[in-house]
Amino acid sequence: MKQFEYTIKDPVGIHARPAGLLGKKAKEFDGTTVTIEKGDKSAAATKLMALMGLGVKCGETITVKVEGGDEDAAAAAIETFLNENL
Amino acid sequence: MIKFVGKGVYGAVAIGKIAVFKRQTANADKVQISDTEAEKARLQVAKDMATEQLQYIYEKALAEVGEEEAAIFEVHMMMLEDEDFNDAINDMIDSEKVNAEYAVASARDQFAAQFASMDDSYFQARAADIKDISNRLLNCLGGGIGSAEATDDKVILCSDDLAPSETVSLDKSKVLAFATAFGSSNSHTAILARNMNIPAIIGLGEEFLVKISDGDMCCVDGYTGEVFVDPDEDTLARLTKKRDEDLEKKSKLKELIGKDNVTMDGTKIKVFCNIGGPKNIPEVKENDGGGIGLFRSEFLYLENSDYPSEEQQFEAYKNVLEAMEGKTVVIRTLDIGADKKVDYFKLDEEENPAMGLRAIRICLTRPKIFKTQLRALYRASVYGNLGIMFPMITSESEISEIMGFCDIVKAELDAEGIPYSPDIEHGIMIETPAAAVIADRLAPMVDFFSVGTNDLTQYTLACDRQNSKIEKFVDTHHEAVLRLIEMAAKAAHDNGKWIGICGELGADTTLTERFLRMGIDELSVSPPAVLKVRDAVRNIDLTK
Repeated sequence: MKQFEYTIKDPVGIHARPAGLLGKKAKEFDGTTVTIEKGDKSAAATKLMALMGLGVKCGETITVKVEGGDEDAAAAAIETFLNENL
Repeated sequence: MIKFVGKGVYGAVAIGKIAVFKRQTANADKVQISDTEAEKARLQVAKDMATEQLQYIYEKALAEVGEEEAAIFEVHMMMLEDEDFNDAINDMIDSEKVNAEYAVASARDQFAAQFASMDDSYFQARAADIKDISNRLLNCLGGGIGSAEATDDKVILCSDDLAPSETVSLDKSKVLAFATAFGSSNSHTAILARNMNIPAIIGLGEEFLVKISDGDMCCVDGYTGEVFVDPDEDTLARLTKKRDEDLEKKSKLKELIGKDNVTMDGTKIKVFCNIGGPKNIPEVKENDGGGIGLFRSEFLYLENSDYPSEEQQFEAYKNVLEAMEGKTVVIRTLDIGADKKVDYFKLDEEENPAMGLRAIRICLTRPKIFKTQLRALYRASVYGNLGIMFPMITSESEISEIMGFCDIVKAELDAEGIPYSPDIEHGIMIETPAAAVIADRLAPMVDFFSVGTNDLTQYTLACDRQNSKIEKFVDTHHEAVLRLIEMAAKAAHDNGKWIGICGELGADTTLTERFLRMGIDELSVSPPAVLKVRDAVRNIDLTK
């Protein structure tokens, strides 16, 4: 498993559209599960409503866990996506 | 005449006939079924149809109103695909053997309630999106889609609240204003109204919809949040005049974008903006604000469930500094206490909170909170032109103590090899009579003053801002307050420092001339007031 932290820069936090796009990105990697954690709550990156349900705001730090399949490629892709969109 | 009062989300006036927004609500009564597979297949057909509609609306919105507005329908398509949402519906059909309509309505209520209970207004407003996609699905299950009735004249559109898909399918050239019983400033109706530059009043209450009917004459005042249904002659005349003057004023103000804040005799001043967070930056730019005169850092504390980390603060400050591209950004350190309460600070209940443990007093009592904020500010300073402002100052010793903390933070950063700008300005709020009276002693210790007129007025006149019963005793133009500001201005200039005003009086154009004569260097106002103040400045001649 690979894991890293990311601090949200988008003023609105993890809002609907980037959350949806993040899910699409996560789905590109077969056999890989991407989980987003905030505090003691977590959500699969592919589940839009659960992800928005975390209510992640600007400046808050999330932990991203990538498990299974091509972890290195998936983790790198998710990190790039976060940097560009959130 | 009936008067309703709600919250105006865009300052403008409209007069016209009411059209009550009608929507077809699909029947979602519970029906027991036996063939669950057939029911799920029916759901799938409806979902495909809903997706197809959304794709069409998305493309229409993209062509007509642009990408920003269209994005929501892309999100709706994604929501419609959401695993949890679909599982909830399918599981219910399976386990309870109910019709698809009932299962969709149940999932809708469950997910909408989840979002509605979140503590951030953005996420709360997403409950409307859940309802929107669910209702679309319901309509598709029923084989059709509800739509707004066509109207001939321009109307004031009244409804409970409008869903995004409803706002897009509207013929906007027919809408003069929105008036809704519910909704928030973050709702789609509010956002749409702001984009269209037409008035919208939200939160008029359930009774509003009961009392109105199609064709009623109506006046909407987005400045005051008032809606007059069937207005009497005087009201109609008054608002017609207000509307015409407003329109003329607005078109004239727009011409001032890009021009200097310069008086007829050539005196230039700065007109900056007060903001509550990075989300206000677009407004600052739209209104041609010359910088940020007051960035209230409280939002970081108020919107958090625990103390915001240094990293979190650093990102927020850096965002604003970068977005302002080298223009001055004055960030005020935390001003918690009095009317702004935060649970995790665990502050005791006080008899007289306005005079209690608040603002800089918390910082000097709990150094850890203060140092975290200072470190974040110093680190962010390399991304722009930063001023740090300390609130609620009453004495020289407070400033010495603050500067002591700044020195400690600088030494720490030096030791860690973390860069910060050598040009950070340090200033104080003049918001206590004490600070104004000894401004001559405080000025040499700082780089600038900024007058907080709201607190200065409350402390000078001994009038609680929150107490509506004493409103008639609060003279916001009280000579005592103005003289205190004048004293501070003189002290600042005697010491070669600049002085601004960031309280509400800064945008009071009946005082602009007096302030300029005092030598005030900067007025920091809410973004929509920038051009109004610029206009006032440009019409003043200080030689007269």
